[in-house]
Amino acid sequence: MSDTPAIHAHQFDDSVQQHEASWLGMWVFLGTEVMFFGGMFLGYTFYRTAYPQGFAAASNHLDIWLGTINTAVLICSSFTMALAVRAGQIGQNRLVKIFLCLTIVLGIVFLGIKFTEYYQKFEEHLVPGWDFRFEGALVSSAEIFFSFYFAMTGMHAVHMIIGISLLTVLIVKATRGRFSASYNTPVELIGLYWHFVDIVWIFLFPLLYLVGRHLG
Amino acid sequence: MNTPHVVSVKLYAAIFGALLLLTLSTTGMAFVDLGGDWNAVAAVAIAIVKALLVILFFMHVRYSSPLTWLFVGAGFFWLMILFGLTMPDPLARNWLTPVAIR
Repeated sequence: MSDTPAIHAHQFDDSVQQHEASWLGMWVFLGTEVMFFGGMFLGYTFYRTAYPQGFAAASNHLDIWLGTINTAVLICSSFTMALAVRAGQIGQNRLVKIFLCLTIVLGIVFLGIKFTEYYQKFEEHLVPGWDFRFEGALVSSAEIFFSFYFAMTGMHAVHMIIGISLLTVLIVKATRGRFSASYNTPVELIGLYWHFVDIVWIFLFPLLYLVGRHLG
Repeated sequence: MNTPHVVSVKLYAAIFGALLLLTLSTTGMAFVDLGGDWNAVAAVAIAIVKALLVILFFMHVRYSSPLTWLFVGAGFFWLMILFGLTMPDPLARNWLTPVAIR
């Protein structure tokens, strides 16, 4: 990398330092994302501690298999994203585009399954504030669970949509030949973002779909 | 310094396989009653292992500079403060409440 002609902004000593600074900046941003999602995870944990039975009963109304498939789809997309970054590092521009396209397709599949689940919840009257119906005495705590469900998976879906948009920009840039083995930082940084969104789902899946399954 | 480290496809594939296996095992484990709140503990423990695999390998932290480790660690240290200072209160309150009426 340091052998290639310098393509760094003037405030940096060299492209290695610029690269390091870019990564640190991205991690600072992801730190703010940890804070953002952390607050919602804390809210979930707090209310689940207060209403364990209501949360378990409500959680059993989610489709565990759609959740498992979606988790697998997202892990596949992280794998293709990692391969896209790798292809960028070794300067294989064609592979970068192919793997970015695959990542987008998998992201859209995830959102499609998520949309199907949302649609089912509307049909089953499980959307808080929208003629919410839940049998038994746990209706209030079940409504709190579904509030967290829609807030957390909704914010996650927004991040997915942003991620897909960013990946589209990357494909356009790759098509214009903006990346090479010596400069592919945008691919790497958006890769970090994509993996972070994957990690959020890795925690959402067990907390929303799996708690209380053994009781149901 | 943070010179790009090219990870082999083989290692990425191994991590990918491990993540899929862990996903299946966490779904399978959900149907088994482990007693108490151990189902949630097991599910979150598996999620932490999966997250670590993604962070260390897919996100290249394993090959990154100590400064990167510090930045990554700061985010999760903050998360520990958030949960560590908040949760003792609701958890301790429930010690005094019989499970049946919660």
